[in-house]
Amino acid sequence: MAITEAPHIVTADIDAPNSHTLEAYLAVGGYEGLKKALSMTPEEVANEVDKASLLGRGGAGFPAGRKWSMLAPSEVRYLVVNGDESEPATFKDHMLIERMPHRIIEGALIAAYATQVMAAFIYVRGEFALGIERLQQALNEAYAYNAVGRNIFGSNFSVDLVVHPGAGAYICGEETALLESLEGKRGYPRIKPPYFPAAIGLYGAPTIVNNVETVSNLPWIISHGGAAFSALGEGRSTGTRIFALSGHVRRPGNYELEMVKTTFRDLIYAPVLGGGIRSGRELKAFIPGGVSAPWFGPDKLDLPLGQDEVGANGSMLGSGSVVVMDDHTCPVRAAWRITHFFWRESCGQCTPCREGSGWLEKTMRRIEEGAGRPADIDLLLDVCDNIAPELGWPPQQTTICVLGPSIPSSIVSAIRMFEDEFAMHVKEGACPYE
Amino acid sequence: MGHFNSEVLQRAKELIALYPHPRSALIPLCHLAQEQDGWLTPEAIEEIAQLLDISPAEVAGTASFYDMFHRKPVGRYLISVCTNIACMLSGGRELLQHVSQRLGVAVGGTTADGMFTLEEAECLADCGSAPVVQVNHRFFSAMTPDSVDQLVEDLAAGKLSDVVPPHGVLNRVKREVGLQVPVEELVRQRREASQAREERARLAQQGQEGRS
Ligand SMILES: Cc1cc2nc3c(=O)[nH]c(=O)nc-3n(C[C@H](O)[C@H](O)[C@H](O)COP(=O)(O)O)c2cc1C
Ligand code: SF4
Ligand code: FES
Repeated sequence: MAITEAPHIVTADIDAPNSHTLEAYLAVGGYEGLKKALSMTPEEVANEVDKASLLGRGGAGFPAGRKWSMLAPSEVRYLVVNGDESEPATFKDHMLIERMPHRIIEGALIAAYATQVMAAFIYVRGEFALGIERLQQALNEAYAYNAVGRNIFGSNFSVDLVVHPGAGAYICGEETALLESLEGKRGYPRIKPPYFPAAIGLYGAPTIVNNVETVSNLPWIISHGGAAFSALGEGRSTGTRIFALSGHVRRPGNYELEMVKTTFRDLIYAPVLGGGIRSGRELKAFIPGGVSAPWFGPDKLDLPLGQDEVGANGSMLGSGSVVVMDDHTCPVRAAWRITHFFWRESCGQCTPCREGSGWLEKTMRRIEEGAGRPADIDLLLDVCDNIAPELGWPPQQTTICVLGPSIPSSIVSAIRMFEDEFAMHVKEGACPYE
Repeated sequence: MGHFNSEVLQRAKELIALYPHPRSALIPLCHLAQEQDGWLTPEAIEEIAQLLDISPAEVAGTASFYDMFHRKPVGRYLISVCTNIACMLSGGRELLQHVSQRLGVAVGGTTADGMFTLEEAECLADCGSAPVVQVNHRFFSAMTPDSVDQLVEDLAAGKLSDVVPPHGVLNRVKREVGLQVPVEELVRQRREASQAREERARLAQQGQEGRS
């Protein structure tokens, strides 16, 4: 395994000065993909994306081309780009929004053309003040350049695009909650079926929801062809993708890498990537794909960064964020903090999620603070089993959205990998790392 | 006389016009209200309800779902310290304690002079530069106790007012143009385009059949 010479697709030219401006974007061939798309038929554009086999980068990994083809026929339909990024340890879309807003706009317009929607929205997480300003500025420039609006680049295709701010709620990243929020309501996820956005989405109309990184790939795919994209990576995991590396590494950051060709070991230890564990310590565990994913130990370091490869090993690549924990990390505290997050962000519609997260949070906190009881570990597993029966992977669904069944991941991982440390907390009545 | 000043009212109307259904403007209008008042006042909720033709309870009930809307006054500077996993691994919790002591307020509290409110944040999506702090949702990343002390000092002295506008101001970049194409026209355009494509496909097929 190795770090390949694959081109950077979504992060290309992101380090150029003022990369967020139209001038800088045009200097590196910006909007050529859109121009080419407009010279093709919508079906031809969709076919290229299908050929690319571009998997969604928002977490679920569903092929974008397939999703588009499922869009129900209707006179009115919509596109929504999901820029709500709030999965803990995920920080790729934030970077793209602040530093490459035009590529997102161009990608959104290519998607809008391929799916022939009436209007497109980019929903940006409310806490990204600078990102919202940059994206709005870029959209203003794009309108002046006739890349969006009436008769785009002289073609007979017209569409409007709106940048819409969120207001601080993790659950609004879930696509049906996002649509509720965009309708001006509380961000409660809708039940699927029947509310699959491609069938019944925004204002009840068929709607495509795609992630910011997903659409950022589209200009390259159209310019270079779907086959060039699917030639990168392996199997179902094609192209490149951003891996967001954080925690106890020397060089945390976003790294765009060819799918499957690189391993977790490369990502964490290669001098040009993570650079190894900080302060000369050892790796204890890592989270391979956002805090909803089960943890891996050092024995999984040689797994490649591919969706199916990670899936077959009982976890997921998810949002592509890798969190590294060194041997001085208290696993109880780490799992408690993740549980605390889910408890705070549960929207409260489903009993297993609302009540379960509270129980788990309280029990985990009690153990971490030294007031745990010997029966608490079984209690944790029992509550987890009530939220996601049998504790398998992927988790069984007991709730409206998958936030609920994601809660057990970190707790069950921490107990399975470090049960002796839980027991030590209880026995000594204190956190051994304090 | 409404609660919004004339400029804010004008912007509110422009925002509403961007959406197929007015209620979609609810979140943008609540942000606008916070920009005018610093927090979401009952008077603003009344006015938003009128503008969207829904009840004040619907506005308040929706706004209360979202962490960024403050139904009580907050300080001029809202300091958010992330303590989620990546920041926790890099000292975020200790940093929060430090800021709390430095300001002399508990988490969630506001200083007596109304200058600072402190909150504990969930992941702010800048985890590569942990630990992360935001002031009025502007990023200050890779903070240390010393650099955060300096930040508080600079804010109090008004040195950062260019970078950090008062609490409530989210987006200083106005949308320059409204919607360009009415939906009815788009529906017609899409229908015509799709008929034309079908016609071309039919002709192409006929041509092929003719040749073979
Ligand atoms: C609790 C929860 C949070 C989510 N948060 C995000 C998010 O912040 N950004 C995102 O793009 N997708 C998020 N998703 C996934 C979306 O529901 C959806 O699958 C995605 O936006 C589709 O885009 P893609 O197919 O391009 O990946 C989340 C899902 C769940 C269940
Ligand atoms: S699983 Fe949790 S977050 Fe998802 S809808 Fe149910 S209560 Fe809400
Ligand atoms: S965990 Fe703090 S910014 Fe992501």
